[in-house]
Amino acid sequence: MKKQLMSGNEAIARGVYEAGVRFAAAYPGTPSTEIMEEFAKYENVYAEWAPNEKVAVEVAIGAALGGAKALAVMKHVGVNVAADPIFTVSYTGIQGALVIISADDPSMHSSQNEQDNRNYAKFAKIPMLEPADPQEAKEFVKLAFKISEQFDTPVFVRTTTRVAHSKSVVLLSELEPAEDKTTLTRHAEKYVMVPVVARHRRIEVEKRQHALKKFAESFPENKMEILNPDVGIITAGMPYNYAKDVFPDFSYLKLGMVHPLPEKMIRHFAAQVKKIYVIEELDPYLEEQIKAMGIAVTGKEIFPYTNEFHPGIIRDAIFQEKSGAISPYQDSLAARPPNLCPGCPHRGLFYALKKSKAYVHGDIGCYTLSYLKPLEGLHSCICMGASIGMAHGMSKALKEKGKGKVVGVIGDSTFLHSGITPLLNMAYNHSDALIIILDNSTTAMTGMQEHPGTGYTLMKNEAKKVNLNVLVSALGIENIKVIDPNNIKETQHAIKEELESSGPSVIIAQSPCVLFKRSHIKPARALTIDPDKCEGCKVCLTLNCPPISWKNGMTREGSNRKGIAVIDETLCNGCGLCSQVCKYEAIS
Amino acid sequence: MSKSDVRSMLLAGVGGQGILRASDILCMVLMEVGFDAKKSEVHGMAQRGGCVTSQVRYGSKVYSPLAVPGSVETLIAFEKMESLRYLNYLHPEASVILNTEEIYPPAVNMGETLYPHDVIGFLNKHYQRVIALNAAELAQKAGNIKAANVVLLGAASTLMDIDSAVWENVIKKSFPQKLVKLNLDAFQMGIAA
Repeated sequence: MKKQLMSGNEAIARGVYEAGVRFAAAYPGTPSTEIMEEFAKYENVYAEWAPNEKVAVEVAIGAALGGAKALAVMKHVGVNVAADPIFTVSYTGIQGALVIISADDPSMHSSQNEQDNRNYAKFAKIPMLEPADPQEAKEFVKLAFKISEQFDTPVFVRTTTRVAHSKSVVLLSELEPAEDKTTLTRHAEKYVMVPVVARHRRIEVEKRQHALKKFAESFPENKMEILNPDVGIITAGMPYNYAKDVFPDFSYLKLGMVHPLPEKMIRHFAAQVKKIYVIEELDPYLEEQIKAMGIAVTGKEIFPYTNEFHPGIIRDAIFQEKSGAISPYQDSLAARPPNLCPGCPHRGLFYALKKSKAYVHGDIGCYTLSYLKPLEGLHSCICMGASIGMAHGMSKALKEKGKGKVVGVIGDSTFLHSGITPLLNMAYNHSDALIIILDNSTTAMTGMQEHPGTGYTLMKNEAKKVNLNVLVSALGIENIKVIDPNNIKETQHAIKEELESSGPSVIIAQSPCVLFKRSHIKPARALTIDPDKCEGCKVCLTLNCPPISWKNGMTREGSNRKGIAVIDETLCNGCGLCSQVCKYEAIS
Repeated sequence: MSKSDVRSMLLAGVGGQGILRASDILCMVLMEVGFDAKKSEVHGMAQRGGCVTSQVRYGSKVYSPLAVPGSVETLIAFEKMESLRYLNYLHPEASVILNTEEIYPPAVNMGETLYPHDVIGFLNKHYQRVIALNAAELAQKAGNIKAANVVLLGAASTLMDIDSAVWENVIKKSFPQKLVKLNLDAFQMGIAA
């Protein structure tokens, strides 16, 4: 068998393909994005970026009801968006097979919260598998499809960032035949969730839960290792590896299936060890259920609720000590926060927007980085699509007090994800807020994925591109301006005018992402600062553009300057913002 | 507790320096010579100019892709001041490979704070083995500044008992044909530095 170094996400794509699955839908989101990008590279597959996770799940359900084996992929908060169909497809069951990947992000490396999506499995009564490394990730998605077919149920596979983005040696397997079992078969009495049918299916769900509990008792990926009669550890997923690293000789019950739990097996394990620790990141999900079985275990009394673990955390918690490795370097070190790229079109927009002194509701995307100093462009950010509804609500509540002062900003991909309905609401219920759509023609934050505004699909086919201007107009917005955010004066003027106008308005700030591969615009010539003209006023530095830095000294006769600004030509994309803000015409 | 033979390396720098590619190459080399190898990093926000770290662990059987703080044997710092950020991860007897290239963080760019002074002196005082080289300059000489990551791998290879033919094979497989020679040259420059 071939060995390959693979990330958890690459391994999931491989596992899905090995299982004979040829259909998948998703919306990009860290740490899940690469699964679809990898899956789309395999032969004879259909893979699509849906505009949001709810649509992706519905697309996958449709395929499954047509007899296909279908995959839906999303990050943890994407499951919130998709929760509506997920909770009810649990009742209907599926004709073919349906697996939903939930990629959780303990420590919030790239997320707005660290919700523990194991709770969804219990809540929606859907079985959930949790792999601990890339090899298991590949095997577990294959098992998930088998369980889905055997029990007529959707199945969750939960990863965390460390599983998704760590790489290790994976043994590839032979491909299972990709049989075409698609068929147009009607089962209205099973799939039409009107109350009379739903009540019947509700009972079926409990029957299935019962059968799955039995299945879990002999599921080979629920593994017991009795090595030490004194201490036993119950765990699942990546924390198993952390614990094994520091305590290789304890006894283990490693759960490959975290819903439903194998109660008999857990009791059997508990009977063989004196002291039990439950080691899990985030919620006491296993711990509470095991305690409810009447089994005494130690868990969140000593292990943290927040953030991802590492082996040191587990060792210190169990030894009740703070070994705390100390750095010999004790001075403070300047932070290196993520920043907008050189030439990023968001920079000009937020520089201009700040001058308006408006309250700005933000959304999820690269532009959320404008929250940081010195742009400090946002005053709220909750979730995908929220900026528009929040701006509308604030504007309505403040009435006259909020007039000309409430703005919502949202990216193009995010607008198409979940901004259309709130904008329809804003137009219909008529508030004075201003919405700015930051249209950089791609889903930039997750790495340039296609969406309906790009004119291309995940499979690289051309598609009918949505016209944002026409769409916004059709929603009932009458005040619409399309501007270039790299022109600060034009942008400032448009913002001022639309804030002053009454009724809802939308500015579409159009300029492609500088990293965007399909953009045919060549970067402009790098700019330079004339040291004879620079007065050291530091205005250009307030753009926080990576190539611009401060050089102390360089005093000059007839000037009060204490230094000058310089541009690193190797980084500059020549967007020209700095030359627009320079009062001394020093930049060209 | 039984003793494991797992060794840990930490690669640290700034988004865009090719750290993830370097740790991939490192892992493939370790795999090639028969080790179990795991690596871990966080994608996402780091691509936008933030700190990037990647841990590589290898041995006969590796469980955790993350090391216990205080246990890392080798630090490969892709940027000078970034070497200081993760010293709590290092074993007191760790070796440090240091790219002396400076990339200013925003606070230094804006003149609010100074870039740390005498980083090499500090590292030499606390660690027995510090290999400092300007990988960016060497890579430039090899033909492209982007090969600085492979220069640093060359330097790291001098601390690892692995035949250079294995390294060269993996490097050949990791780059498009037209970039292979450049990267092999960069690797050699790292060894010589």
